[in-house]
Amino acid sequence: MNKLCQLTIHEAHELLKRREISSVELTKATLERIAEVEDKIHACVTVTGDMALKQAEEADGCIRNGNITPLAGVPVLIKDVICTKGIRTTCSSKMLENFVPPYDATVIGKLKTQKAVILGKGNMDEFAMGSSTEHSAFFPTHNPWNLGYVPGGSSGGPAAAVAGDEAIYAIGSDTGGSIRQPAGFCGVVGLKPTYGRVSRFGLVAFASSLDQIGPIVKDATDCALVMNAIAGYDSMDSTSVDYPVPNYVSYLKGDLKGLRIGIPREYFVEGMQSGVKSALEIAIKKLKELGAEIDWEVSLPSTKYALAVYYIVAPSEASANLARYDGVKYGFSEQDAGSVIEATEKTRQFGFGTEVKRRIMLGTYALSAGYYDAYYLKAQKVRTLIKQEYEQAFEKCDALVTPTSPTVAFKLGEKLEDPMQMYLSDVCTLPINIAGIPAISVPAGFVDGLPIGMQIMGKPFNEETLLHIAFAYEQATEWHKSKPEI
Amino acid sequence: MNYETVIGLEVHAQLLTRSKMFCSCSTDYVNAPPNTHVCPICLGMPGTLPVINKKAVEYTIMTALALECTIPEYTKFDRKNYFYPDMMKNYQISQYDAPIGKGGCLAINSNGHQKKINITRVHLEEDVAKLLHRGEYSLVDVNRSGIPLMETVSEPEISSAEEARDYLIKLRTILRYLGVSTGNMEDGSFRCDANISIRPAGSKELLSKVEVKNMNSFKAVYQALKYESKRQRKVLEEGGTLVQETRGWMDEKEVTVSQRSKEYADDYRYFPEPDLPPLFFDRAWIEEIKARLPELPEARKERLMAQYGLPLYDASILTSSRAMADYFENCLKLTSPDKAKIISNWLLGDFSRLLNATDSDIENTRISPGLLVELLNLVDKGTISGPTAKAVFEKMFYTGKKASDIVAKGKLSQLSDATELNGIVKQVLANNAKAVADYKAGKQQALTFLTGQIMKATRGTANPAVVREILVHELGGG
Ligand SMILES: [Zn+2]
Repeated sequence: MNKLCQLTIHEAHELLKRREISSVELTKATLERIAEVEDKIHACVTVTGDMALKQAEEADGCIRNGNITPLAGVPVLIKDVICTKGIRTTCSSKMLENFVPPYDATVIGKLKTQKAVILGKGNMDEFAMGSSTEHSAFFPTHNPWNLGYVPGGSSGGPAAAVAGDEAIYAIGSDTGGSIRQPAGFCGVVGLKPTYGRVSRFGLVAFASSLDQIGPIVKDATDCALVMNAIAGYDSMDSTSVDYPVPNYVSYLKGDLKGLRIGIPREYFVEGMQSGVKSALEIAIKKLKELGAEIDWEVSLPSTKYALAVYYIVAPSEASANLARYDGVKYGFSEQDAGSVIEATEKTRQFGFGTEVKRRIMLGTYALSAGYYDAYYLKAQKVRTLIKQEYEQAFEKCDALVTPTSPTVAFKLGEKLEDPMQMYLSDVCTLPINIAGIPAISVPAGFVDGLPIGMQIMGKPFNEETLLHIAFAYEQATEWHKSKPEI
Repeated sequence: MNYETVIGLEVHAQLLTRSKMFCSCSTDYVNAPPNTHVCPICLGMPGTLPVINKKAVEYTIMTALALECTIPEYTKFDRKNYFYPDMMKNYQISQYDAPIGKGGCLAINSNGHQKKINITRVHLEEDVAKLLHRGEYSLVDVNRSGIPLMETVSEPEISSAEEARDYLIKLRTILRYLGVSTGNMEDGSFRCDANISIRPAGSKELLSKVEVKNMNSFKAVYQALKYESKRQRKVLEEGGTLVQETRGWMDEKEVTVSQRSKEYADDYRYFPEPDLPPLFFDRAWIEEIKARLPELPEARKERLMAQYGLPLYDASILTSSRAMADYFENCLKLTSPDKAKIISNWLLGDFSRLLNATDSDIENTRISPGLLVELLNLVDKGTISGPTAKAVFEKMFYTGKKASDIVAKGKLSQLSDATELNGIVKQVLANNAKAVADYKAGKQQALTFLTGQIMKATRGTANPAVVREILVHELGGG
């Protein structure tokens, strides 16, 4: 293996800046790595090698001219739910198997101005619905730490690719934990920014009020660099917020003096793996050693309703968001039908997978006349309550720490037939989307050779504090440096 | 039994914004080739997001204010879900329970009496694409998709087809005064659906409600509602029962035809549009919009009557279009207020006649207010006679030339010279001995005939007052 693919963004940047390596060399190393391990990991839906090398040449040209940005020339894998102009964007669904968007997501545009090199598109659960990437219509992705295990989901492809050094970093999306849970399962860093921090334009919608794009990276510094590039208001996204973007890198400090970190007791849930629990306790001790004050008295009692709220709000929004796939304009189209209605029905019957159809039905039901008040409206009220509890917790704490998931990665196929068990693997991550606050998952140990994720939650638009804590923890531990043997 | 008709109207008006409701595509699509005014957003492509057109919101606020609606503290958009190939996202971004305007009213004049029709709401939504049916298959033209569409819903307080027509005309006049919509029914920028039912006179309870669609002109609305209220009475009189249904108006057959029964209500599964945060109105903005609302037809009518002493009839017609009223007042800026009635007569008479005959609008006329006033001045000074003025006006209407030029070129100046006229009168009297005899025998009409003959001989240029004086003298009447 060429070691170049193991670099972080900031390491690669230093070498590129000093002209010790070129972007073409770095990109080739990554593409070679993909060729080497992809038949084991299956992280990528599409690899755009030629395009990537062309972009690398362009980046090298800029670098030669003394024009270098922090992401210039560094290869990135994009979750296949984010639109890329000229590169098919499938959402890992048969419905969009051959869909090539004529536009870039705002985030892609931002990466391109930084002269990033796009390697291709990462596998995922179909339309981001799932927690294991087994719901991809194409193939499941395997966990680089143990190929018999899932990488988590829905951003399983991007997380596995970063863990397996198939990409220097990746861009994912998170609706209920889809960045953090796979980052935790794969032993990498994943951040779900505050709702409105990063533009959603070009992110194929699953649940519009919960979706957010974020980085999947190898360490906190890379996370800050990517956030510097992608955060900010976008006039094309009315839900993006015009709030100043700090230089996240400037918050990366080694000690945690003066920070108060709360441990919400409801997140140490029943059914939590003992190895995860003890690893978290050790991690929290480390945070204390670094100078943080730990508050064990934090309570978020409405957390227990978050799962129920999520499974009303997300499917409801999804039922409308996915209505556009009718075979008339683009994507899969079943033509063997006697009428428009029949064609629409068959297109959706054959174009969508089971989990997607399950959620569309859940949402359609929840929004139906006579049920709306009991489900959707009630869920929105509870949502407000959950938000308020977080606000109260953040009155006395700068951040909250929990496990990212109650368990480490599970075996492929283990929960596929039991949706409820699958949904429960997001129990620690989805309240954050309900509240719209930011949270990061960082590697915090292993159970039986599988990574454990520690989740740090923060105040709205306070990603810098999360990055600060993640960085300090990282400086004091070695977990993020561990590499799987593939 | 005696029944009364109850009608509620839903009017959809496309707004005259430059760009579409949620994207930057041009709204000028009517003559554009199919699918040329489209983008990923109005095509509903994956990952795209709507951005509210502020101008469309402003136009809707203007309309709501003109209809005396309350503008709430905030408004929001909702998704209306149903599958149809003319809808790119298979949901329409509309407004459900927080419309831009609520609780207004519109005064109509029907059969000479004033009536106030309450307005339930004014809200904003996006238009859908156009389907072109080709027998075996259909084509979709997405140009119209995403055009801002403002819906005005009346309370079910309209009690006849006449009132419905008056309501529509009045509403359209207001939209045109505001400049927010062309109000053209023919090209579909102004559309009307009606809910109509009948009930025993004086009763409060409504019988089955019929929704009538596909009425593409004012005449169609009038005829369809007339037909429908008769049909419903007939069904009951013949012992039948009415069903809640949607019926379409067939223009050629002049009947309504059942399209689908509505035994259970459509479930559109409305929920708040998560891509668009609620809009909280800045009261100062609302006040600013209110302050620059143009004078509305009702107020202008009252003012024209008070300021210029015009009769109600004249003032009503002049204010039925903003362009006509503007034209009228622009003329008055160039002459004295005592000419108001004369100008009104011209506008309501020859001018309207020629506009109708040529199917044109006063906005595009070749006769500017200045040209019309110049013509009136020529009449005033006695340069040309009244009948000549009519002929000159018609020439002006088609050519846009100045009245004085037409008069000079056609030698149309009024003939007031008594000596010259005397000779012509004598000649005419000599040629019409019978009429002279009739007059002398007491037939007054003979005088009119003789005057006409004199006018004919002078190509209408003879000064009528002088002619009359000479005639009476010659015939020995005075
Ligand atoms: Zn458009």
